[in-house]
Amino acid sequence: MTKEMICILCPNGCNLVVYFDEKNPDGFKVENALCPKGKEYAQSEILDPRRTIATSVRVEDGEIPLVSVKIDRPIPKNKIFDVMREIKKLKLKAPIRSGTILISKVAGTEANVIATKTVERVK
Amino acid sequence: MIERDVVIIGAGPAGLACAVKLKEIGVSDVLLVEREKKLGGILNQCIHDGFGLHNFKESLTGPEYIERYVERLKKFNIDVLSDTMVVNLFQDKSMILSGPWGRERIRAKAIVLAMGCRERTAGAIGLAGSRPAGIYTAGVAQRLMNIDNYMVGNEVVILGSGDVGLIMARRLTLEGARVLMVLEKLPYSSGLPRNIVQCLEDYGIPLYLKTTVTKVYGKARVEGVEYVSLDDDGKPIPGSERFVKCDTLLLSVGLIPENELSREAGVEIHPITGGPIVNDTYQTNIDGVFAAGNVLHVHDLADWASMEGELVAEFAKRYLEGELSKAKRWIDVKAGKGIRYVLPHKISGERDVNFLFRVDSPYKNRYIIVRDKDRVIKKRRVINLHPAVMENINVKSEEMKGIESLEVMVE
Ligand SMILES: Cc1cc2nc3c(=O)[nH]c(=O)nc-3n(C[C@H](O)[C@H](O)[C@H](O)COP(=O)(O)OP(=O)(O)OC[C@H]3O[C@@H](n4cnc5c(N)ncnc54)[C@H](O)[C@@H]3O)c2cc1C
Ligand code: SF4
Repeated sequence: MTKEMICILCPNGCNLVVYFDEKNPDGFKVENALCPKGKEYAQSEILDPRRTIATSVRVEDGEIPLVSVKIDRPIPKNKIFDVMREIKKLKLKAPIRSGTILISKVAGTEANVIATKTVERVK
Repeated sequence: MIERDVVIIGAGPAGLACAVKLKEIGVSDVLLVEREKKLGGILNQCIHDGFGLHNFKESLTGPEYIERYVERLKKFNIDVLSDTMVVNLFQDKSMILSGPWGRERIRAKAIVLAMGCRERTAGAIGLAGSRPAGIYTAGVAQRLMNIDNYMVGNEVVILGSGDVGLIMARRLTLEGARVLMVLEKLPYSSGLPRNIVQCLEDYGIPLYLKTTVTKVYGKARVEGVEYVSLDDDGKPIPGSERFVKCDTLLLSVGLIPENELSREAGVEIHPITGGPIVNDTYQTNIDGVFAAGNVLHVHDLADWASMEGELVAEFAKRYLEGELSKAKRWIDVKAGKGIRYVLPHKISGERDVNFLFRVDSPYKNRYIIVRDKDRVIKKRRVINLHPAVMENINVKSEEMKGIESLEVMVE
């Protein structure tokens, strides 16, 4: 089978042409990738598409009302909204340090939710 | 009057990187001025990842990217005045600073303009109809949602396919809003192809090309919009009007460099980029006034803005040391066939130049050519060219020996 897709791993956004055969996973061929990651991406996109997400969470007593968070590794695409729901349940109080793990292994995935911003406490 | 060696105006990715680089290469008297309390500019509200792929070799979110620079700023003990705005800038390189501490006039030997850009608004695109609540530019909506904890709406139409709008389509969807459609008047998206995939296609949000909003309905709050298809000349096709119910309209119709200050000081502005006209040392028409980042031309990546800041740091240092000799002559760089603009706008021919440019529409399998009249100086094959993607081509000074003109074009 042949499939065209855009690699989203970096802003180059290579227009990949992927040749594959479901019965023979070794016969996977990718054209137009500017770097080796393109092939990895195409394989994962066809067999097990994954994404990372970023959102924000309410913080009490903080200098700003929200702290930005992300997940530290890609999760299966169909888990995105499960993960969002778990993140929305968080109740946080300032101070929050950037890099702190807020939920580990969120929604049964391998990913951790971590703060991406430091929010200081104000009284 | 206090006099400093270098004053950098604006602490976004460009200004921060410039300040750090200046210290690294031994310029000690540097002052960084930022009008917001927090350093970092726009990236504080860009909570998604994709930053730093070039400069840090990993995918960081906006706030993390900024944090890396702020740590270095602290390590080098760089002088920062935040919550302070440069309110006036003069041709003699003096400026008035204003902050909660008061007002003061200072002068700099070299100035780096790094004020970033702002968004085009509804006024700038001439949208007809009433102005009910619920119309936001994409960047304002991003700030409201990511910093101020204010959800902008539930049923959203996005006008314009710029990257900020695409990012917001995904953001709104994750937060539970319904993004009904993205409308783009051009026959191609003005955002990066990767953002079309990961922000629209992933969530099943349709993108309608050659389509625009003609009317906004609603008195107190937006109740819907009318949109139409456009013909090849960009004119509405009669009878193609449709109505969609929504409570929010986001505008993602482009960014413009922020150059009120520059204009006031007499810096010449380029009609296409909206940023200063610079030569191959990134100096404007005023000696010792440099520009970097979105104030110069709108970058699609913060990494490039930072790299430009670092490049300018090198030139500013050499300027202070009196080493940036004036060129014997300036050659105007021409944006030829297929090219919307090229930077720098003027070259001496005596220095290697990395030309940055954008094409005027998408192209496939073409050559980028740099030439002096009929003499081809450089030629490179490219598979894909897209107006949303900034391109570059490097030319060495040896290759430009004896040139009389210079043109970059697509063939
Ligand atoms: C709404 C929006 C969203 C964006 N999203 C993305 C994205 O997702 N990914 C991406 O790669 N790029 C994004 N960009 C582009 C991004 O802005 C640039 O890549 C990068 O931030 C440019 O850096 P800069 O330092 O030139 O400008 P900025 O980050 O805009 O920084 C300019 C700084 O100058 C300060 N300033 C301005 N005038 C004065 C003055 N008179 N006195 C003192 N300080 C002043 C401002 O407060 C600001 O902090 C976005 C741009 C906008 C406008
Ligand atoms: S293939 Fe490599 S260069 Fe091309 S978009 Fe993917 S990561 Fe970027």
